[in-house]
Amino acid sequence: MSNKKSIVDIQTVNKIARLARLNIPENDKDNLIIDLNNILEFVAQLEEVETSNIEPLASVTGHKLPLRIDEVTDGNIEDLVLQNAPEKSSGFFVVPKVIE
Amino acid sequence: MNQVSSNNSKKLKPGQIQGDTGLWEMVIGLEIHAQISSKSKLFSGASATFGAGANTNVSLVDAAMPGMLPVINQYCVEQAVKTGLALNAQINNYSVFDRKNYFYADLPQGYQISQFTKPIVGEGEIIIDLDEGKQTTIGIERLHLEQDAGKSLHDQHPTKTYIDLNRTGVALMEIVSKPDIRSPQEAGLFVKKIRSILRYVGSCDGNMEEGSLRADCNVSVRRAGEEFGTRCEIKNLNSIRFINQAIQSEAERQVEILESGGSINQETRLFDTSTGETRSMRSKEDAHDYRYFPDPDLLPLEFEDSWVKGLKESLPELPDTLRERLVLDYGITPYDAAVLVEEKDYVKFYEKAALGRDGKLTANWMISELFGALKKENLSLLNSPVSPESLGELITLITDGVISGKIAKDIFAEMMISKKKPIEIVKDKGLEQVSDDNEILKLIESVIADNQDKVKQYLSGKDKLFGFFVGQVMKVSQGKANPGIVNKLLKENLK
Repeated sequence: MSNKKSIVDIQTVNKIARLARLNIPENDKDNLIIDLNNILEFVAQLEEVETSNIEPLASVTGHKLPLRIDEVTDGNIEDLVLQNAPEKSSGFFVVPKVIE
Repeated sequence: MNQVSSNNSKKLKPGQIQGDTGLWEMVIGLEIHAQISSKSKLFSGASATFGAGANTNVSLVDAAMPGMLPVINQYCVEQAVKTGLALNAQINNYSVFDRKNYFYADLPQGYQISQFTKPIVGEGEIIIDLDEGKQTTIGIERLHLEQDAGKSLHDQHPTKTYIDLNRTGVALMEIVSKPDIRSPQEAGLFVKKIRSILRYVGSCDGNMEEGSLRADCNVSVRRAGEEFGTRCEIKNLNSIRFINQAIQSEAERQVEILESGGSINQETRLFDTSTGETRSMRSKEDAHDYRYFPDPDLLPLEFEDSWVKGLKESLPELPDTLRERLVLDYGITPYDAAVLVEEKDYVKFYEKAALGRDGKLTANWMISELFGALKKENLSLLNSPVSPESLGELITLITDGVISGKIAKDIFAEMMISKKKPIEIVKDKGLEQVSDDNEILKLIESVIADNQDKVKQYLSGKDKLFGFFVGQVMKVSQGKANPGIVNKLLKENLK
């Protein structure tokens, strides 16, 4: 438990919230700072393990990435794809104007 | 605005800018996005074709519905490896897919599946041909696989954006150059060379108009010999002309700022095709905070050396080696060979036409006459009214002395219109070259009889008139007389 100092402050919480497009009420932020720091401290215990000569493990099952043949097997389900859209028009999703 | 470049611009080399305080040079790196010529998408079975009805080529994987899992397309992996081999690049048997996180309306996942720290292809290099037979090597930093985003239509409604996800998830290869490029011209040549290699390999159709090939340009300026300056990235350029203009105007903008004591903000910029200038695109400081991490839905991509070897053996002859072979086999100039290898179809056509014939003459006819005529008619070689066989027959008629080069041009013009075989046109119009001594002699005698005064002048020492007689004989023969024989017989008879 060497790494006791807090990493997450109010600026970090604001930044993460903005990146995730989350609108966090001001009075929730103090608790979030505490929670996030606790999580990071917990995970920081892993730093005690010597891993400098160990390759990252991608899978514990030993499976290889499956590949598929290049064939058209899907699509033409625009009704299904658009089913949950808050707004649509002649086959398009419709969203508030996003232009630079 | 552009006073920076207008002074002394005649003496500047491409890529140099004369500022008020001295000479600047450009440093350019390109990121080329090439759409892979697959039937289906990189991680879903929806069609990857262009031009379908809105949202019809979309699967629930592409729409990022909860619980959907990506499965990679083997063909796309093969194309990336083949392209890497053609770029003389390191192939990585172990590569990893990462999530690049950002929010945009045409990216339903909220992240793009890409490759960050472990791309499928590493460092390589290609050679580009500059003016006057000079060449230069441009390093390749990497090539990785990634998903394309959807399409936003901003002009359908005053306050709304329309989204079509057909392109979402289509496979792209991002090819990143090293910052080895020093002028807009070199940047254009680099893109052309990459496009040519992609077409030979068959991994991408290279169609810039339809957006299957687009480039982002990283541009900075420095004084000669200094460290690299801060760069700006110009996004999404879809023609070589725009790449040229965007780089030039961006570099000039940077020089103006630096010379007036300012500094360059590292940022993403857009090229405005109507003004020919770049403008800032995303200025928010966290816009580039992509928070890459390995995609937990996808295992690392692994393959054997033997599989790579098989792909290497399946590669076609590539432009650089092909060019050397054309020079050796057909005796044509390296310049002509470079023109012919630009497109796979050119070489195919040429080799059919030149087989067993005068290679140089065939190359001349194809490059100046045929390409010229096609350009005039706005046709591509694939739609050429003149087939390679017909062009070849025309060459044979010339080299066999059946027709003169001048008559051949008339016949060629006729071939462009009627699609007839050259020999048919020669027979229909009676255009065979006259090589019979007696026939030509008759023509010569009539010319001499009609021009007695000129004959006297010639015999009294006015040698220049010889050309006049040749011209007259050719004229009365309607261009059909064999010029070599006319010359020989005239000399014998003008005594």
